[in-house]
Amino acid sequence: MKVRILVSLKPSVLDPQGQVVKNALHTLGYQTVKDVRQGKIFEIELENTDRQVVEKLVPEMADKVLANPIIENFTWEIIEG
Amino acid sequence: MKFGVVVFPGSNCDYDTFHALQNVMGQETVFLWHKASDLQNVDCVVLPGGFSYGDYLRSGAIARFSPVMAEVKKFAAGGGLVLGICNGFQILQESGLLPGAMLRNKHLKFLCQPVYVKIDNSRTPFSQAGRKDQVLNIPIAHFDGNYYAPPGVLTELERKRQIVFRYCDERGQLTEEANVNGSLHHIAGVINEQGNVLGMMPHPERASEKIVGSDDGQVIFQSIIDYLEKRAGSQKKKAAKKVRPVVSPLPPLIGNL
Repeated sequence: MKVRILVSLKPSVLDPQGQVVKNALHTLGYQTVKDVRQGKIFEIELENTDRQVVEKLVPEMADKVLANPIIENFTWEIIEG
Repeated sequence: MKFGVVVFPGSNCDYDTFHALQNVMGQETVFLWHKASDLQNVDCVVLPGGFSYGDYLRSGAIARFSPVMAEVKKFAAGGGLVLGICNGFQILQESGLLPGAMLRNKHLKFLCQPVYVKIDNSRTPFSQAGRKDQVLNIPIAHFDGNYYAPPGVLTELERKRQIVFRYCDERGQLTEEANVNGSLHHIAGVINEQGNVLGMMPHPERASEKIVGSDDGQVIFQSIIDYLEKRAGSQKKKAAKKVRPVVSPLPPLIGNL
C-alpha cells in the first residue's frame, strides 16, 4: 500500500516562503491569488495492506517524525492499494 | 571541570567549541561521538552548531534519534548541564528538552553576522557570570532561527523567566531591526524549567577571543565553569583544579559514520 502525507505549517504560524511565492505570483499578474502555504509531501510504501493497521501507523509516524506538531499539521491519504 | 562536545555527522562547530573550552577556558574537554552510549563522566554536555544529518527533514530532526541523545536525555534528567548552540539548540527542541520550534528566518536568508543579545536572566548556570541586561556581541549563523512557540507557551516562558537571551541593538534596545531573524519576543536563548538545559542561536565559541572580534562568549562558558566549580566545591569542600591552558593540536575524531 502506498500513502501520501502532506505536511504544512499551521494556519497560526507565519509561512515566509508561502508569502514570497504569493508575491511572485502577484508579480506575474495572478492577482486572484489570495494566499499561498508551502509544505512537504511524503510518499510512503508500506508492506502492510491491512487498512486498520495503516490508519494507526501513518498518523503515528507523522506525529513522531514527519511533522513537528508545534508548528505543523498533516493530512494523509491512501494513493495505491 | 570536564566538558563533552557531541559530534554528529554534519556538525561543523565541534572543533571551535573544543578549542574555546580547552585552550581558551582551560578546561578538560573530550569529543563524544554520536554513536556513543557513554558520556565519559563529563560535567557538561555541549551540542555544537552545524548541519547534523544535512538538516534533512527539519534542522535537528534526525539527530535526536542518535544513540548519544538517549544518554544526553538521561544526563539532563539527572540535573546535568546541557548547552545547545545553534543546531544544538534545534536538536534540543526536536528532542523535547526545550520548548518551541524554529521557523525559517523572516527574510528567508541565511544570516551569518555579529549580533547583539542581552542577558535577560542572569541567574542561570549559563549566564551568572554576566549582569542582567548586559549586552553581548556574539555572531549568529543560521537559516532556521526564527523562534516560535504557541502563545500559551510564550506566556509561561516569560512568567518563569526562561528567556535568557534576547536580540537587541548595541544599547540593549529591543528594536525591530535588531531582531534579525524575526523571533517571537526577540528570543535568542531559552532555558528549560529545571534550569539545566539551555539552547542559544548565537555562537559563544566564535566569540571567545578578542583576536576574532569579541570575547563576550566567554561569559557563557565562565558561567558554566563557576557554577560547576561551586557545585563540586560544596560536594567535596574543595575547589576543582583548573587545567592550565594548552595550545595543543586537537585530537582526531575516531569513529565510523
